[in-house]
Amino acid sequence: MSTVAKTQVHAGVEELFDQRSRWERTRTIARKNPLGTFGAAVVIIMIVLAAFAESLTAFDPEANSFETMLAPPGADHWLGTDQMGRDIWTRIVYGARTALLVGFTAAFVGATVGLVLGVGSAYFGGAIDLVFQRVMDVFMAFPLIIMALAVVAIFGAGTQNVIIAITIPFIPRCARVVRSNALAIREIPYVDAARAMGFTHARIILRHMAPNVMAPFLIMLTAFLGQAILLEASLSYLGLGVQEPTPAWGLMLQGGAEEYVESAPWVAVFPGLAITIAVFGFNLFGDAVRDTLDPRLRSQ
Amino acid sequence: MYKYTIKRILLMIPTLIGAAIVVFGLLRLIPGDVCELRMGGEGAYVDEKAIEICRDELGVNDHPFVQFYRFAKGFVVFDLGDSMWTNRPITEEIGLRFQLSLQIAIMATLVSIVISIPLGTISAIKQNTWIDYVVRTFSIAGIAIPSFWLGIMIILGLLITTQAWFGIAWMPPINYISPFEDPIGNLTQLIWPALATGYRYSAVATRMTRSSLLEVLREDYVRTARAKGLFEKIIINRHALKNAMLPVVTVIGIEFAFLMGGLVVTEQVFNLNGLGKLFVESVTNHDYALTQALVMLVVLIFVVTNFVVDILYAWLDPRIRYS
Repeated sequence: MSTVAKTQVHAGVEELFDQRSRWERTRTIARKNPLGTFGAAVVIIMIVLAAFAESLTAFDPEANSFETMLAPPGADHWLGTDQMGRDIWTRIVYGARTALLVGFTAAFVGATVGLVLGVGSAYFGGAIDLVFQRVMDVFMAFPLIIMALAVVAIFGAGTQNVIIAITIPFIPRCARVVRSNALAIREIPYVDAARAMGFTHARIILRHMAPNVMAPFLIMLTAFLGQAILLEASLSYLGLGVQEPTPAWGLMLQGGAEEYVESAPWVAVFPGLAITIAVFGFNLFGDAVRDTLDPRLRSQ
Repeated sequence: MYKYTIKRILLMIPTLIGAAIVVFGLLRLIPGDVCELRMGGEGAYVDEKAIEICRDELGVNDHPFVQFYRFAKGFVVFDLGDSMWTNRPITEEIGLRFQLSLQIAIMATLVSIVISIPLGTISAIKQNTWIDYVVRTFSIAGIAIPSFWLGIMIILGLLITTQAWFGIAWMPPINYISPFEDPIGNLTQLIWPALATGYRYSAVATRMTRSSLLEVLREDYVRTARAKGLFEKIIINRHALKNAMLPVVTVIGIEFAFLMGGLVVTEQVFNLNGLGKLFVESVTNHDYALTQALVMLVVLIFVVTNFVVDILYAWLDPRIRYS
């Protein structure tokens, strides 16, 4: 009897919930977490900019135009032009494409490889785990940018190599967090059951354990997004990242920006603002994801 | 405690050896070498023989194990050999820049402490008010703003304000001023990069101060202090803040280690000839000897700072005694 009553009550609550429109529900979430909503909005805007770059801009992002060098912001060039006469708004919009490409690829690959390694290390345990932990310690001793610079030194500059350079230092950081979560999961009977069924190690790791550490995985993944965009900008700024003429925010600040800071401040101001807003948005978005997935960290 | 200290010191050794192997291995994978770059430059024709002689001289042709032995031994006896690019002793090259980078790192840490502890405290006391939100946004922004752009903006800001107030645009001097010859000139030059880096690093410490203080404020002894009728100021300063400082000390310590990495970019903006700039140069010049020495230096600083922070932690908090 009581179970029936409970189900009815439950259904009633759900019905109540469903009466509100999707828009209203979204608004409730937004009111509860204004910063996270702002972050999500920035992420969406950036994706839209990157996807519709061609229709949102009137100029070629790569073609030089010497008649319009260092033109101040105005009706034609909303944010002015750089020392090559290229429209800054256009290059920022196309730069969003580069930033997202590098950010998502590096964060996703880095976190996924970290996930597999972390779960594997926890699953096998013993000597493998111990050695693995020491190796991760060694990699963690390198500051992010130093490690990325060393990798760039090996593979050379360029968009693809920058992605590799940013991915590699992410791997141990994710592996470590995932491992500590996976250690607890290893003790749960269903893993024993899977082993008793005679499943292969790979299957147990990927199908049975990995899905259960999705929360820390997603937390790390979203935290990496902002970091990756910032790292890409830093490497490009140092001239060791994305190369000309590909539009990238960090690259736009290299060379010209400091030289013309007095006469043409827009060259330096807007790309940096783009980086700041993007990283700010992605970080807030990541914080919101973390708060939702990890109740222990909530309200801190 | 004594035993723990010894154990911690011994544990540093495998990390350092591992790091040495990683750095050494990574750098051997780099295509092209210093000799080709030094002689050929960009596309110029050079005799293969000359390159070979150069390689022999620098020991690039030796067996990797021999090279690694030389590299590892150099660390133990503090003779890192010569830079492959400038041929000057590496210890001299690093020594020249170390002072500058260390000074900025210390100043940036001070900036970050001065920003983070008061802001984190206010934010915790005024939890969930507009002040709290402003402080939190300010600190999240600190992580989002690239320090090189902040550097450019600081220069721009200086140019505009000095122009408006004094009629002449002023920029921090480009040539390095030693703190021993002209301390004020040195400060006017280095305070800006310290601000740019320090603000960025204050972000994490501010958040840590806030959350740690919030936790402590819920403790029984804080309630007791309130019940005694102590002034809120005394409660915060003497009872709460002291106990909340532990995790903050850790964060600041670890950040100090990472500052070396952060300086790579900031030094570029302010055109300061520090370790960061040297590192970028050594990477672009394929100067293995210098790059690996610099990376090892950063790793060493990191490992030692971590060790000091751990020991400090146990020393500051009698509840934590490592066994």
